[in-house]
Amino acid sequence: MIITQKKPIEELMAMLEGATKIALLGCGSCATACATGGEKELKEMTAYLESHGKKVVATAMSDYCCMNMSTKTCMKKLAAAQPDAVVCMSCGDGVQVAAKHIGVPVYPSNNTMFLGESVRLGLFEEACHLCGNCVLGTTGGICPISRCAKSLVNGPCGGQKNGKCEVNPENDCAWIMIYHKLEELGQLEKLTQTRPDKGYADVSYPRTINIRGKK
Amino acid sequence: MRLLENALESGKFGVTVEMAPPKGYDFSEQMEAAELLKGKVHGVNVTDMQSACLKATSLGLCIKLKQAGLEPIIQMTGRDRSRMAIMGEMFSAAAFGIDTMLALTGDHPVVGDCSQSKPVYDLDSVGILNMLSTMEATGMDCGGNEIPGGAPKFYKGAVVTPVYEPQILQINKLRQKVDAGAQYIQTQGIFDLESMKRFMDAVDKANIKTHIMAGIIPLKAAGMAKYMNENVPGIAVPQDMIDKLAAAAAEGKEKGVKGLPTKLGIEMAAELIAKIKDEGICDGVHIMAIGAEKNVPAILEKAGLSI
Repeated sequence: MIITQKKPIEELMAMLEGATKIALLGCGSCATACATGGEKELKEMTAYLESHGKKVVATAMSDYCCMNMSTKTCMKKLAAAQPDAVVCMSCGDGVQVAAKHIGVPVYPSNNTMFLGESVRLGLFEEACHLCGNCVLGTTGGICPISRCAKSLVNGPCGGQKNGKCEVNPENDCAWIMIYHKLEELGQLEKLTQTRPDKGYADVSYPRTINIRGKK
Repeated sequence: MRLLENALESGKFGVTVEMAPPKGYDFSEQMEAAELLKGKVHGVNVTDMQSACLKATSLGLCIKLKQAGLEPIIQMTGRDRSRMAIMGEMFSAAAFGIDTMLALTGDHPVVGDCSQSKPVYDLDSVGILNMLSTMEATGMDCGGNEIPGGAPKFYKGAVVTPVYEPQILQINKLRQKVDAGAQYIQTQGIFDLESMKRFMDAVDKANIKTHIMAGIIPLKAAGMAKYMNENVPGIAVPQDMIDKLAAAAAEGKEKGVKGLPTKLGIEMAAELIAKIKDEGICDGVHIMAIGAEKNVPAILEKAGLSI
């Protein structure tokens, strides 16, 4: 899922300067799991804004802020309350979808951090860089693109110490993890496979995928 | 000139020394050290912002050294350059007669002194070697376009860390580097012969054919050795060396003589080099004096080494 983190509230309040009537849009998927844009956070945000001179004129929860169909309906409801601005409490994609469907500014309450996993409640780890050409089949299901600070695909650099990464000693060296996993799977021969250079031509952004056959 | 290639490929004991460009544009200290090294080494290997600390580029000092009559080896990391930038830099190097290179992935900017810099890592060390080997074989650039006048050819090297657990990962990467076109290999600094011998055995067992040059770091003080043991990956200075350096410092303090640990460091480095050569442990040495390049002639003399 997309991992988000709340922006410092002062940053949001600066964006809202001059706006009095505020509408809030929460997200029922990733941001709910990250505790940055679920029902609870929506209530907290309402209370905060109301106690700081703003009037929350409407709130809505989109099942997925990133899905046009779901969010468009929510934005119609919010627009009806004629807000000066909307605060979208989702990831950066949700903010952009919301902004398409209303004529007033939509401001983000979160920073969008990474694509990752919820390891346990409140602990999130980055796990995928959306590189567009997955190598997990040869690396024991551990992603060197996102788990290695240098995104090395041909094995480790010389920079690990006691299995920890030189860039951040809190992190395990991805390639040592991959080695142990392949050993466990009886697939150590995969270590010796040279991974052809993927290049970057196919990941020029913004990317579009169309499986409809038409626009 | 290809001094290093000629030496290693004809079975001679290769000797290179590492040199870092300055932070800034005053190259005088480097050029003074270079004068002392002239005719004594097969190459001066110029670092590419080692430890991710901002310096003048490797190419700049390489050009200066070449103009002064030395044999520069250009280091090229993937940290700050895309494949286009690397290839362009290598064209420029070739235009100045620089014909030997060393490919590295490069330390991450976060560990350096300009930590906000964006890391590139378009290619890692293996990727850089592959790209240059393909360029040489096909005469095409990294986009598959013909290079007018043909591709420059380099004697290409890479690095390896002998003291590493699990060692198979280093051996495996070494094989990939050699397969990608590395013709010589420099090791991380080694301090005891036994670990170097164990590493060389592992290379032999893996049937990897290349020229390996042992990395030699002359120690200057017990504190330096301890610091490296704690902070530099792949460095393992034996305790008895640290004790000897500490004893030399104590002796110097007692007698009021300065520089005894440095002198001892020079002797220990020379002894290690002489043993490596005499016992035929590997094909050469790469001396990393870390700013004390002026001491290198003394080390070579004590080791009885001339090129």
